[in-house]
Amino acid sequence: MNIAISAEGLRKRYGDTEVLKGVGLSVEAGTVYGVLGPNGAGKTTMVRMLATLLQPDAGSAQVVGYDVVTQAHEVRRRIGLTGQYAALDGELTGRENLVLLGTLMHLGRKRARTRAEELLERFDLTDAADRPVRTYSGGMRRRLDLGASLIASPPVVFLDEPTTGLDLVSRTALWDMVREQVADGVTILLTTQYLEEADQLADRIAVIDQGTVAAEGTPDELKSMVGGERLEITVRTPEMARAALAPLSSAGSTPPVIDDTGLRVSAALETGFAGVSKAAAELQLNSVEVVDFVVRRPSLDEVFLELTGHKSRTAPVGSRPPAEAERGESELEVAPR
Amino acid sequence: MSSTYSHLLSDSAALVGRHMTHLKRTPQKIIAVTLMPIMFVVLFGYLFGSSMQVPQGNYHEYIMAGIFAQMMLSSVINTGVGVAEDLNNGLVERFRSLPMVQLSVLVGRTVSDLVLNAISCVAMIPVGFLIGWRLHANPFDVVAGFLLLMLLGYAMAWLGVLIGLALRDPQAVNSVAMVITMPLAFLSATFYPLGNLPGWLRTVAEWNPVTTVVTAMRELWGNPTGLGDDPAFPLRYPVPCALVLIGVLLAVVVPLANRAYRRATAQ
Repeated sequence: MNIAISAEGLRKRYGDTEVLKGVGLSVEAGTVYGVLGPNGAGKTTMVRMLATLLQPDAGSAQVVGYDVVTQAHEVRRRIGLTGQYAALDGELTGRENLVLLGTLMHLGRKRARTRAEELLERFDLTDAADRPVRTYSGGMRRRLDLGASLIASPPVVFLDEPTTGLDLVSRTALWDMVREQVADGVTILLTTQYLEEADQLADRIAVIDQGTVAAEGTPDELKSMVGGERLEITVRTPEMARAALAPLSSAGSTPPVIDDTGLRVSAALETGFAGVSKAAAELQLNSVEVVDFVVRRPSLDEVFLELTGHKSRTAPVGSRPPAEAERGESELEVAPR
Repeated sequence: MSSTYSHLLSDSAALVGRHMTHLKRTPQKIIAVTLMPIMFVVLFGYLFGSSMQVPQGNYHEYIMAGIFAQMMLSSVINTGVGVAEDLNNGLVERFRSLPMVQLSVLVGRTVSDLVLNAISCVAMIPVGFLIGWRLHANPFDVVAGFLLLMLLGYAMAWLGVLIGLALRDPQAVNSVAMVITMPLAFLSATFYPLGNLPGWLRTVAEWNPVTTVVTAMRELWGNPTGLGDDPAFPLRYPVPCALVLIGVLLAVVVPLANRAYRRATAQ
């Protein structure tokens, strides 16, 4: 196995807060490694260490065999970095941004130009190439930013929350571009707050929380730890919710639960569509009036609750994808008749 | 090492190119930096000029060196704000992740601002001639005077870089740079001869490094220096003292700015 990124015991403290408390990871070359966690979990701190921007207080890390502290320059020649905020010059055009970064990567002016053309085409930005970047949409900026990090064809690319704040179309487009890179043999380390994103892209995932790795494994391994899809119904009264517990238990082996509102009941859905059908029949038989129902994957909150035993700290705002994207992708929602 | 040196040049050149593109796209910037000095020329040259007495000379010839120096001092704001903006939009972070010579980020910035300073000074020359400024020196000294002016501007650009990196917030940079440069400009012989100042204030103004630099320019250009009898030591040898002062400032500010750059992103 060829290891592209490895880290051991990374620690970082800011004043009284220990942001990283000994994080380690190992990423095989040519794969996507997802780092999943809520805001403030230490994801960005870790990426900045691996990208030589920040020195660890303790621990060590190697990227393509070079130490990120003692051989920072060698590491920088072999990585691309796309941060949370598209780091581009708004006054320059898309093409000028790419050529500038290519020149600073010491590609030479001519190669920087050819490479910029290639990337503009590949990321579908040729038409906008001569417009100042400040006129770009959020999705276009992210695409250009990703292109910029690939300008010197680095073997390792770090993507720090590449799709935060993007709409569904832009997110899927960016995912496709990430997949293309992996197909070309690039190793990618990606941080995200979205379970769905890690699930879509990553070969392995580390769930980090409060500066430590809470769980690590393939997406399937993690999901089996948390449980699979869930069937969730909404009813009108708390009494009705309690009445729904027994019928819903036919969907899976774990007992159904009523959430904080007292009106939503969810159960693990292990038997797929047959389970939905069985549960629906049982609910009807017991005259439970269902107002709304969804089949959904475990949310990041549930992953956290399961893996860390506490709710993610930023649950209501930060840790969930925009409502639109979430509905479109990770939930199958059907309006009641 | 020689490849590091050539990369310093090529990386800086690439970044100067970036700033020149900015300047080309927003020529308003040039207007913005020349408008203020034009206002000063009109204000000081015409409104106050009639009541200002310069020993052995005329005020319209006296004032221009001051106006040029004031332009260099206020360029601190421009540089500092630009640096703070780059820090905030993540560009500096990206630069830091590249295998480029990091010093070239600052060299590229300061050299570009030097170009902007030169352009605005060239624009001010005809304005000066219009109000009656004349040069009474050989061409060599005239050029030397302008080179000294550019050197002052370059040192001010590094000061701006340092302030921008230390404060990181464009608005804070704006006000702090103002607080630093305004007293330096006004508590000196920039706009008026020091003869009429009360004793202690006169001492402060005479020892103000800006006074030394403007006096050096006046001497090189053959303009009246407005000095009374027995001026402070640096004013007796203004040109060498000005060079030493600017050299010391650069020697202090450049390493500090370089250190601030490394710290600014490594947090």
